Amino acid sequence: MNIFERISRLDRRWIYLILAAVVVITVMLKYETPIRISPEVRSVYDFVEAQPPGSYIHMAIDYDPGSLAEMHPMTYAIMEQALCRKLKIIMTALSPNGPGMAEQAMLDIMDSVKMHCGREVVYGKDIVFLGYKPYPGIVILSMGQNYRLSFPSDYYNTPLDSIDMMKGIANYGDVNGIILITGTSGVDYWISYANGRYNAPLAVGLTGVMAADYYPYLRSGQIFGLMGGMLGAAEYEKLVKRPGRAMEAMRVQVWTHIVIILFIIIGNIGYLISRRKGEVK
Amino acid sequence: MKKEIPLLIVFVSGLFMAVQFFVPHSTSEKIYEFVMEWTIIIGIFALALGIWSLIRVSVNRIRRRTPNWQYSIVILAGMFGMVIFGLSFLGGVRSYMFRHFFDYVMIPLHATMFSLLAFFIASAAFRAFRARTALATVLLLSALILMLRFNPYLGPLGDQDAALAAWILNVPNLAAKRAIIIGIGLGIVATALKVILGIERGYMGSD
Repeated sequence: MNIFERISRLDRRWIYLILAAVVVITVMLKYETPIRISPEVRSVYDFVEAQPPGSYIHMAIDYDPGSLAEMHPMTYAIMEQALCRKLKIIMTALSPNGPGMAEQAMLDIMDSVKMHCGREVVYGKDIVFLGYKPYPGIVILSMGQNYRLSFPSDYYNTPLDSIDMMKGIANYGDVNGIILITGTSGVDYWISYANGRYNAPLAVGLTGVMAADYYPYLRSGQIFGLMGGMLGAAEYEKLVKRPGRAMEAMRVQVWTHIVIILFIIIGNIGYLISRRKGEVK
Repeated sequence: MKKEIPLLIVFVSGLFMAVQFFVPHSTSEKIYEFVMEWTIIIGIFALALGIWSLIRVSVNRIRRRTPNWQYSIVILAGMFGMVIFGLSFLGGVRSYMFRHFFDYVMIPLHATMFSLLAFFIASAAFRAFRARTALATVLLLSALILMLRFNPYLGPLGDQDAALAAWILNVPNLAAKRAIIIGIGLGIVATALKVILGIERGYMGSD
């Protein structure tokens, strides 16, 4: 049995160990991974840049802590860019653990905008968080009629009509676009109802494994932008010129992918050798 | 009558919602808003039912001492604990305990579970991605091209790989996904029609 055949029959625990070692080493190393910007990520950036100060965007934070590593950097980069440009943000969270994610992001971003842009973000004037309601399909449909149907008050129980920035804001027609950051299949509801039924311009940030499934909607124009996983987040961080967690994580992701690719290649060489010898069909 | 009335309600509601979509009149929109409120209320009842079901199953497991019954105690303690910490007179969702349990228990637990997937996927890719047939080889090559698309160490090859990856996503992937989506869409329409016309009665329980 040669080396390739041996590796192709490697115990999975060795794979785990090697992968863990690569992750730990690349986390400790400090250098910037070069990132190429894809058109689908640039279009989200261009959209935010094109909005005049004072206009509204809707940020849908529909992810749970499990996908935080990929999703949070997108949320932070986009919201910081929007608030630095003096846009007003309406936030919702339609996944069960989404409110915790959204609130954490909002509080952090309010601080970072003050630090980086010197701007004091005031809750209720620049940003509002409506909170969570179950059954995303129903909630997305009802917000198309009026935000108050599903959210008569915000996450902190303040009636929507007594919040400054919500006065005169009825539904998707009053926001310039929706940017959805999600790790759930709820994205289908947003595409079908918010865009399909109410024609709201929609961009999505998805986990890496989901991204390929939503390219058809990008090509059909149902979504105007798509950010896929850690790469999408890193591209956005590069566009806003604020390297963060995603660009750091890309260093780890690139090298773990290289290791996995090497394993696949070696495994296949071993497989082909075994097949030539007639050991496997 | 036990069957006819629910069937009639479903028929009228289904038909109304289908027609309403194409009627942009203010009255139609008002009725739609009204129905939406109903849907939300019904949804809340379903949530209450889910919580009740979870409590019942967990309590039964503890009472009968089924294998790993101790986990049910954790489930109940977690659920009631977060509800209590989230009560408004204890500070609500901004309370110290609520936020700390979420930030330092919930988030790390979820993140850990999801992170472990990376190791399983690596192991699965190593074993499953074998060029056994022509189709498996195409799948293998596509996966490699997509994985390499954001590798910055490929030099000029990287740009070509990125272009090839974009082509895979936008042409073969798009064609296959569209076929699936259209198929699913037609299936949904067919099922909806069967429900509206009373052919599909699964929602009424056993017939």
